[in-house]
Amino acid sequence: MPDAPLTNSPDSLADVERVVPGELRTEEMLLNMGPQHPSTHGVLRLVLRTDGELVLEAVPHIGYLHRCAEKIGESVASFQFIPITDRLDYLAAMINNQGFSLAVEKLAGLEVPERARYIRVIMAELNRIASHLVSFGTYGLDMGAFTPFLYGFREREYILDLFEAACGARLTYSFITPGGVTQDLPDGFLDNLARFLDYFEPKIDEYNDLLSFNYIFIKRTAGVGVISPEDAIAYGLTGPCLRGSGVKWDLRRCMPYELYDRFDFEIPVGVAGGTDRIPREVVAGDSWSRYFVRMQEMKQSVRILRQCVQQLPAGEFRNKPKGILKLPPKEVYLEVEGARGQLGFLVVGDGKAVPRRVKIRGPSFCNLAITKHVCRQVLLADIAAILGSIDVVMGEVDR
Amino acid sequence: MTPSEIVEILKGAFPQAVGEPSADGSHPGVAVAAEAWHEAAVFLRDDPRLRMNMLRCLSGLDLHPEPHLELVYDLISMRPGGAAGLWENAGEIAIRVRVPRDGGRVRSVADVWPAAEWHERETFDLLGVTFDQHPDLRRILCPDDWVGHPLRKDYEFPTEYEGIPAAAASADVKK
Repeated sequence: MPDAPLTNSPDSLADVERVVPGELRTEEMLLNMGPQHPSTHGVLRLVLRTDGELVLEAVPHIGYLHRCAEKIGESVASFQFIPITDRLDYLAAMINNQGFSLAVEKLAGLEVPERARYIRVIMAELNRIASHLVSFGTYGLDMGAFTPFLYGFREREYILDLFEAACGARLTYSFITPGGVTQDLPDGFLDNLARFLDYFEPKIDEYNDLLSFNYIFIKRTAGVGVISPEDAIAYGLTGPCLRGSGVKWDLRRCMPYELYDRFDFEIPVGVAGGTDRIPREVVAGDSWSRYFVRMQEMKQSVRILRQCVQQLPAGEFRNKPKGILKLPPKEVYLEVEGARGQLGFLVVGDGKAVPRRVKIRGPSFCNLAITKHVCRQVLLADIAAILGSIDVVMGEVDR
Repeated sequence: MTPSEIVEILKGAFPQAVGEPSADGSHPGVAVAAEAWHEAAVFLRDDPRLRMNMLRCLSGLDLHPEPHLELVYDLISMRPGGAAGLWENAGEIAIRVRVPRDGGRVRSVADVWPAAEWHERETFDLLGVTFDQHPDLRRILCPDDWVGHPLRKDYEFPTEYEGIPAAAASADVKK
């Protein structure tokens, strides 16, 4: 037996070769992971070409959740498409509503009242926290820690209660709509929101102590699935996956939309370990960095929300278009910073209420495409660590 | 850098292949001939003035009844150097490439931007554009044995798939 201990780190193939010496040759095996597998986070199938514990190649197969969203988009009027956008990234449906509404507003030249914009930012940031909480919980679950999942879903429940008070729905909201939002905030919403923020903010530190700086968790994720900033950009990665690689790029800051230029917040990025509280095993762009960017982003969302609570003006909540909203024969392409990355909508009008073409750029679709590149020469157990850190939602991949 | 400056630089390098910038200000873009597209893509990525390092999106548009499909490549140049370590948007442009509806082919740019690999597979699947020299050109969202390209304007909905009646067909059964 080799002297060197077996590590989870795929940083060099040399380690693995020491474990499997030349005379112990194993047959290559094709292994289907999914489409029904807890760590593929939905109906994703990976075909793994394995040599013992080593994955030589992982080829993702998608399309199991294809519901023809783009074809529906060119068959119904723009406001009727809002419920379909809910079902793209179903963990952050508010941001999907927001992205499509912004695209339609830009195309139709529809003004949005200031109060509505604030309400939208509140909803988008709350939804970002809710989405990152699911990511935090399920990633812990993937790595064999069950309790973070329960804590993550407990906090998310408070956010869902807020959403339910605002629009009646807990998952598919259809709340943000061209021209504003469907209804004004209910009485007491801001008090409840402020109470939630006071309760939730210290919890993030608690969860960092619980999971982020847990030794076993660090060992499973640090240095695993490293993506260089060049690769991240070339593969079109966006959101926490891009920032995990150290690229300080966030549409809310770099190309502000809605009211994001009014708020004071920071853009967390992945950094090399050894400084601050970052464990020394961490390499910028690894699975741990991507995960930790989400944890830090929740704090920044809390900051934005506190500013919204203070600044929210009185006024109209919707500029309702008179009659049917007709889309002029123009084209827009617009991206918003979703929970998983840049969610883009290309909408082409042709003078009717029904758009001629709706193209959706799902951030998970682009982020998932890098798995084939990253999951090469890694250990089988690392596949779940890498996939969980990329945090895909299949509803958005398959559309 | 404004879209018109980007178009000027691109026109300087490919005077024959680059068309007029589109007048519509909501999505500034420029047409590039299909034959020159790969060469232009390498130029867009590597020219030190442009450095379009990210392919954000590839959208296919069916221009039916015109006999063309249009491919819209949304490119952006992201550069470090902003305040507080922030990266900056150094210019964005939409490149429009037209191919015929029947047997439309264009050279794949998956070797220029790896992000294009899945976007091109999707466009092949849903609109039926063939990308030459693509590393793995297969359907991506529809099943491998699907017939037709659903996002074409003259697409006919199937009445059944693998023995399962489709919505239109099952409505007939109810009658």
